[in-house]
Amino acid sequence: MSRIGVFICHCGENIGRTVDCARVAQSLGDLPGVVHSVDYKYMCSDPGQVLIKQAIQEKNLDGIVVGACSPHMHEKTFRKAAASAGLNPFLCEMANLREHCSWIHEDRELATEKAIALGRFIVEKIKYNRPLSTIYIPVERRALVIGGGIAGIQAALDIADGGRDVILVEKESSIGGHMSQLSETFPTLDCSQCILTPRMVEVAQHPRIKLLAYSEVESVDGYIGNFQVKIRRKARSVDETKCNGCGECQKNCPNKKIPSEFDQGLGTRTAIYVPFPQAVPNIPVIDRASCALFRGRAKGVKKVVCGKCAEVCGRNAVDFDQQDSFVTEKVGAIVVATGYQLYSIGKSQELDILRGYGEYGYGTIPDVIDGLQFERLASASGPTGGKILRPSDGKEPKKIVFLQCIGSRDPAKGIEYCSKICCMYVAKHTMLYHHKVHDGKAVVFYMDIRAGGKGYDEFVRRAIEESHALYLRGRVSRLSRDGDVIRVQGFDTLSGEPVVINADMVVLATAMRPQPGIAALAQKLSVSYDQHGFLNEAHPKLRPVETNTAGVFLAGACQSPRDIPDSVAMASATASKVLGLFSKELLEREPLIARVDRMTCTGCFHCERVCPYGAVERKTLTDSKGRIIKVIAEVNQGVCQGCGTCQATCPSKSVELDGFTDEQIYAAVNAI
Amino acid sequence: MSAEHSSITSPKEHTSARPQQSLSSQIQNATGLDPACCYQCGKCSAGCPMANEMDLKTHQIIRLLQLDLDERLLASEAIWMCLTCETCTTRCPNQFDPAAVIDALREAALKKVPGRVPKRISAFHSAFLDQIRMHGRVFEFGLVASYKLRGGPLFADVESVPSMLSRGKLTFTPKKIEGIKALRRIFEQCATEKSK
Repeated sequence: MSRIGVFICHCGENIGRTVDCARVAQSLGDLPGVVHSVDYKYMCSDPGQVLIKQAIQEKNLDGIVVGACSPHMHEKTFRKAAASAGLNPFLCEMANLREHCSWIHEDRELATEKAIALGRFIVEKIKYNRPLSTIYIPVERRALVIGGGIAGIQAALDIADGGRDVILVEKESSIGGHMSQLSETFPTLDCSQCILTPRMVEVAQHPRIKLLAYSEVESVDGYIGNFQVKIRRKARSVDETKCNGCGECQKNCPNKKIPSEFDQGLGTRTAIYVPFPQAVPNIPVIDRASCALFRGRAKGVKKVVCGKCAEVCGRNAVDFDQQDSFVTEKVGAIVVATGYQLYSIGKSQELDILRGYGEYGYGTIPDVIDGLQFERLASASGPTGGKILRPSDGKEPKKIVFLQCIGSRDPAKGIEYCSKICCMYVAKHTMLYHHKVHDGKAVVFYMDIRAGGKGYDEFVRRAIEESHALYLRGRVSRLSRDGDVIRVQGFDTLSGEPVVINADMVVLATAMRPQPGIAALAQKLSVSYDQHGFLNEAHPKLRPVETNTAGVFLAGACQSPRDIPDSVAMASATASKVLGLFSKELLEREPLIARVDRMTCTGCFHCERVCPYGAVERKTLTDSKGRIIKVIAEVNQGVCQGCGTCQATCPSKSVELDGFTDEQIYAAVNAI
Repeated sequence: MSAEHSSITSPKEHTSARPQQSLSSQIQNATGLDPACCYQCGKCSAGCPMANEMDLKTHQIIRLLQLDLDERLLASEAIWMCLTCETCTTRCPNQFDPAAVIDALREAALKKVPGRVPKRISAFHSAFLDQIRMHGRVFEFGLVASYKLRGGPLFADVESVPSMLSRGKLTFTPKKIEGIKALRRIFEQCATEKSK
């Protein structure tokens, strides 16, 4: 006969307001097998836990039912309390009387009846609970970081400095990400490359960081502590081990007019190229789509069309026949730091929910550019050497209009969120413009100024007061070309006056979106994402860098729009989570997993086919002489997530899910 | 606006908190559009071809509606100036429909005080509809004459006559459409509906 204790929590007024807790306790106390039943205002409080511990010891209880909040909240608390009183923690269970009852009902009588039924459900279930013990699985103490922008760099450095090996995967030929494209950074106006490149060099020199540039994650298998990651090393057409980065190939490439991605199409590059002088690694890559040799090959031309780069390479490093190769790495944790892309305001859009801005004529009106293009114009390493010049005719613009919230906060165009960084970088742009073109006039159309952050609002005020940027509150209706100038048709809602400005250049502060291909990566990692493709954190407040897949963490703008300080802070937070995970050799996990009965398993492997986690393995049973008796299913304790699909599928009823056995479920269901 | 602001007795925070008889809920019932979704960016007013002629700009109309300042709104000339070109509706970032709201406001204004339409605007609408009834299309010369006889400003826009003539936009003989009888039946039907 069981000796069960029932503890009903009022949760202050949360449960007590709608449920008669005393009656629930009394009613459950009458059930056979229940020898102790009480109610208390706050079960999770210290005195509440003492009530439980005392009852276990005084009444020699062999099962505890706590009727309180969701087990997500306090199951750990009560199981620890039970364990400290000498009871196996898995003989303690919770009945959810708050989220499942008091919060969603109004009628006190009916809610109390339901609470009693929920309590009875767990009381009957717990009579069949078995003591279970925690499972320990080994941890591979190396991390994979996906994305070599500032977030990925920071996460990799912090983990490596913490004494663990890191593999950093970057899809471009150099790390640095968008931060390497920026001119100056807010709110201090320090040069972006000056603060970034030391970090990039540190990555390259760190003995614990293995940098795989020009590579992408192909597939991910395994589970927390034990991931196997297959990485595609894209063919650079240059042997990384031979190349010394002298740059001769780049100088001699005849194809010099390819729009440079790094300069956002405002400058040009060669077909064999290093995206920018401080690239890490400083090894060129051949863009096969624009290289004459590869284009000739693609057309089936037998003659070798070019080959200048290979001719001038003193180290014989150029390899036109290089193929993509694959490496597999075993890691214990994965950090996703894939960053962002800018919303394209043109007509063609990547997602169906997005609509372009026909009214702003991007791509048809010259000198309507986006924020990153302005960064390249203002950057000393940019195509104009840091001079602000119009892309169309190279003239110095005397009036620039900046439009904020392009794509952002615009549900009609598909994005309702605020991109967070635009107010700040537009203010920065007006300052840079003022510093470089003293007689230039910057006009900003904004809806609200969102400058929350240390020194941020002061920065915007400086743009207005010291750089004399004119801020107009309103959205622009239309941009049109009027001879040499761009006619900006707007409205200043503060004065109530229509405004028409003839601008020499217009800069659109376009929204931040996640990188293309984020959905495919998220699916490889089993991480969920929102309708815009931003990856979901495990809890928006309390677990902001973890995901719902154990062992996968987030850093930077892949989770939501973020500026540099936020991305760096998040990357360091992630690193501390990873180092925490790696602090132990063995990982503890709950033993609520599937178990196969060796005696009755017939080896049909239905379970193997339905398991979503690939946790079922085949095991050969032999007798003492080594002869095979039969092949049966076995569950890998590390991989199993306890979903119970195998249990439901097994035709011979040989699979049981610990904590949710058939016996327990039938007993519970029969009780209501 | 300061004088009008004194008449705001209670700030309206949520749709559900609005009294049912308030103008904003009336308009919401008529159009299915919640004025609360406007965040006053002014893109509607920026693109409005009539903005310079209007005493209240489009976004201000929506703002006054959010504040339920009925008298100011319904007495304004602006709601009658709207051409229903729907540029505001097309460009609104919140998929709001100011053109439909203005139309609903006109109905509300007429319901409250029939014949409240400013005289010149009413004269123009009547002259326009007369043309449609007679010819099935607009006969510009007749429209101008009829409008001015009904009290439109006599010598306004006279300077544009020569250029309109030279472009063939102003003819002296009306042309009827083919289905004029069917069209007149529509007018008759509407008249009987109205008298009911």
